[in-house]
Amino acid sequence: MKTSTQEVPQQGGMARRQFLRYAGAGAALAAGAITMSSCSKDRKGIENDHVDLGSGDIAILNYAYALEQLEAAFYTQVVQTPYSGISSAELSLLTDIRDHEIAHREFFKAALAGNAIEGLTPNFSSINFADRTSVLAASKAFEDLGVSAYNGAGAMIQKADYLVLAGKIVSVEARHAALIRDLISYNSFIDSSVVDIANTSLEISRTPAQVVPIANQYLTGKKLAIPSLGIY
Amino acid sequence: MNLFDIIENISNADPEFQDRISPRRAAIKNITSFGSKVAVAALPFAFSTLFKKAYGQTATTNVNDVLNFALTAEYLESSFYNKYVPKSYVPAADKPGLQLIQMDENNHVKFLKSVLGSAAIASPTFDFSGGSGSGNGPFAAVETDYDTFLALAQAFEDTGERAYKGQATNLMGNATVLTAALNIHSVEARHASHLRRMRQLRGVAIKPWKTGTQSGITVPAAAAVYVGEDNTTQAGVNIAGIVNTNAATEAFDEPLDKTSVVNILTLFIKA
Repeated sequence: MKTSTQEVPQQGGMARRQFLRYAGAGAALAAGAITMSSCSKDRKGIENDHVDLGSGDIAILNYAYALEQLEAAFYTQVVQTPYSGISSAELSLLTDIRDHEIAHREFFKAALAGNAIEGLTPNFSSINFADRTSVLAASKAFEDLGVSAYNGAGAMIQKADYLVLAGKIVSVEARHAALIRDLISYNSFIDSSVVDIANTSLEISRTPAQVVPIANQYLTGKKLAIPSLGIY
Repeated sequence: MNLFDIIENISNADPEFQDRISPRRAAIKNITSFGSKVAVAALPFAFSTLFKKAYGQTATTNVNDVLNFALTAEYLESSFYNKYVPKSYVPAADKPGLQLIQMDENNHVKFLKSVLGSAAIASPTFDFSGGSGSGNGPFAAVETDYDTFLALAQAFEDTGERAYKGQATNLMGNATVLTAALNIHSVEARHASHLRRMRQLRGVAIKPWKTGTQSGITVPAAAAVYVGEDNTTQAGVNIAGIVNTNAATEAFDEPLDKTSVVNILTLFIKA
């Protein structure tokens, strides 16, 4: 369901305001009960409480951009308010990871340019930033999620250059995941929850349909949606 | 295994799939011959290979070439860990992690062999000294020195990660195989991170991620594993303008082309 009185639509279709006027005023649509198919095309914008990631490769890049936004915001907070008893070695590693995630976020923002989704508002209320166990558990969850998300989206990418870029990033996320896991418990860089160690030792990837609801738990207000893939 | 997912994947990758497959019924008829020979985990690949056969020989050869290339690297890694992880120089605290890596690499070999079936190449014999069979290459100390073993393991894992990354675009259009390759690629990266962490804890100036071309390995031959890792520009975006230069190189792992990887592997293969 998509309504917004501020959003200026991209090229194609009638202007948003015109459409709303034609449809009988935006206020009537605000409750989120009606889906208008005429609203769902050529959209980078925000619909009601959702951020539409777009379609094709743009959707996958925005998907990555959204995950990187979450990770970068998380580590920015971790470094700003380090957990109690943090060692300088751990702070240094977490600062590195923060910088990597900021590099990823800003890279996608630049690469997507006018197709980039807006900045998201994270919700980290479930994380106690003063507590090492809580922070590292959240970090592990984010990194494992990121690896599985990139792996699961790789085959959906159509442009070779983008696949290579996703490959360049996912292995760094895997390095993060392994390190965080080793900080939690040495030698736990892999276990059966992330890799099929009983059989093939392939990482267990996740589809966007699996990842989006998990990522949305960490967002306040507008949630991610990929209507072009049927994911809301 | 969900056959419908596979067909959907292939149809997505190739919208003309249904049209193309129909005139090549002969390939479909052979479907029954797969079941008994192929491990369950590899079944999606059997079907995928089947569809590739229906498309034409060239595509099949390409995918098999990539998979045999990957298998060569996995043979190297699995043989390496099988030989050295049981050594008495491995501290007890490190053993569980190394045994896990050893198991992963053996699983990767099994998996790739089951996917390739009769097309799988046999394992070469290896010279882990890096002497191409002479037995006295620059890493000869691996027989007795744990730190040399860790350095070599790191180089192998970092090479594996770069090798898989470099082959990804050759697998586009075969969603099942590409996803599997990516799912091995990230496991190699996890291994590399752990080995680098182990070395960092033993005092080597190195991090779980790759800072420029730094490897913490003094043997000059290792430099070939890290060529190009000092790149700070991605798709025209200057990453060093966003974060510091070290972080800019660490944030992106660079692929390595097949020839460069083969040149590295050749040092460890007996002639």
